[in-house]
Amino acid sequence: MSVKAMTAAQVARKVIDNEPLFILDVRNGDAFADWKIEGGNIQYLNIPYFDLLDGVEEVIDQLPKDRDILVVCAKEGSSIMVADMLADEGVETAYLSGGMKAWSEHLEPVKVGDLNDGGELYQFVRIGKGCLSYMAISGVEAAVIDATRMTDVFLNFAQEKGAQIKHVFDSHLHADHISGGRKIAQATGATYYLPPADAEEVVFEYTPLEGGFEAAVGSSKVEALYSPGHTIGSTSFIVDNQYLMTGDILFIDSIGRPDLAGLAEDWVGDLRESLYSRYQALANELSVLPAHFMIMDELNEDGSVAKKLGDLFKENHGLNIEDEQEFRDMVTKNLPPQPNAYEDIRKTNMGKITPENEMQREMEIGPNRCAVR
Amino acid sequence: MNADKVLDAKGLACPMPIVKTRKEMKDMDSGQVLEIQATDKGASADLTAWAKSGGHELLEQQVDGDVLKFWIKKG
Repeated sequence: MSVKAMTAAQVARKVIDNEPLFILDVRNGDAFADWKIEGGNIQYLNIPYFDLLDGVEEVIDQLPKDRDILVVCAKEGSSIMVADMLADEGVETAYLSGGMKAWSEHLEPVKVGDLNDGGELYQFVRIGKGCLSYMAISGVEAAVIDATRMTDVFLNFAQEKGAQIKHVFDSHLHADHISGGRKIAQATGATYYLPPADAEEVVFEYTPLEGGFEAAVGSSKVEALYSPGHTIGSTSFIVDNQYLMTGDILFIDSIGRPDLAGLAEDWVGDLRESLYSRYQALANELSVLPAHFMIMDELNEDGSVAKKLGDLFKENHGLNIEDEQEFRDMVTKNLPPQPNAYEDIRKTNMGKITPENEMQREMEIGPNRCAVR
Repeated sequence: MNADKVLDAKGLACPMPIVKTRKEMKDMDSGQVLEIQATDKGASADLTAWAKSGGHELLEQQVDGDVLKFWIKKG
């Protein structure tokens, strides 16, 4: 019996389509508890590969016969070994090609809507890590917002669409993932914008992104709205008066955390003002497009992550805390653990360190943790 | 740190560092110490978890350039 590979793209499709899947995750228990493939119709069994070296007989009874089985490990080596052992016992499984590293890097482009004069807006869903990037395409021009380090995906996508990337924006200096913004700008000659208040320690040239700034992308317009709180520079974008990219300030089912640059107490007031004043002044009809999702429930049926601002004001707990002290306590106390290697990720995004690709992968392993609920 | 035996698992990808460690350990006596040298970054968490689940003791670990070194006492 042969062992099949399943790609991260195939697994992403299954997750978005809510198809049944059984995951035999053979990483060690801590790694599994920290971060795994999430999905509404996934069943799990976690047994480290090193507990299976004497044989897989014990596991077979615990595997279902009526759904596909996917063996998962960190890089793929151990999952191939276990899948081979299962095949020898007559159990058909697939392994995740490239392991959790490939899962962490997979981007699924999803169209979220139309722009002026036939333009299109795409969301790139990094399903394994919960990062969301955007590309607005209008005519032969494109703008990219909050790109991840898998820059080829963005460059190839723009090329397929026949568009030249003109503007590359980062809503803030990211702490949970390495930005691809600078690299995309270098490859295309586009302008790379960063909020200056986040960029004081940045060691490369960039164009300051100030609130009120407007950029034309074909027939479309991208406006910058200063909305500090996750970081002191955090900036939102309004595209064609229809879409609001909120960065890490507002998510679908949670709000941004103010502590990843070390200043929770200082920035909590800014966060409150951004959410309770600046966003309140905007049209309820704007479609909110955040830079992250935390749980699979935040995905719409088509795999996109978007919701009307008016709905979020009704449903998002973080937007409905009247008492200012209660709000303060929520976003400064009992915060979730900080993302893996977040200090080195910030330094990388400032250009202070330039880790090799393999190191960058390692730094990004694990879930994003940019929100408080 | 002194070791009774040294295992060179440099350049090997997961699962081989653990497979080899386990094999070496089988031929050793309880209380003896095995030094393992590996370059696979995953070896750190996996050897720690493996030693614990097998009743062995991870005495020490060090980083020497690209090489991760572990000393495990057989339980």
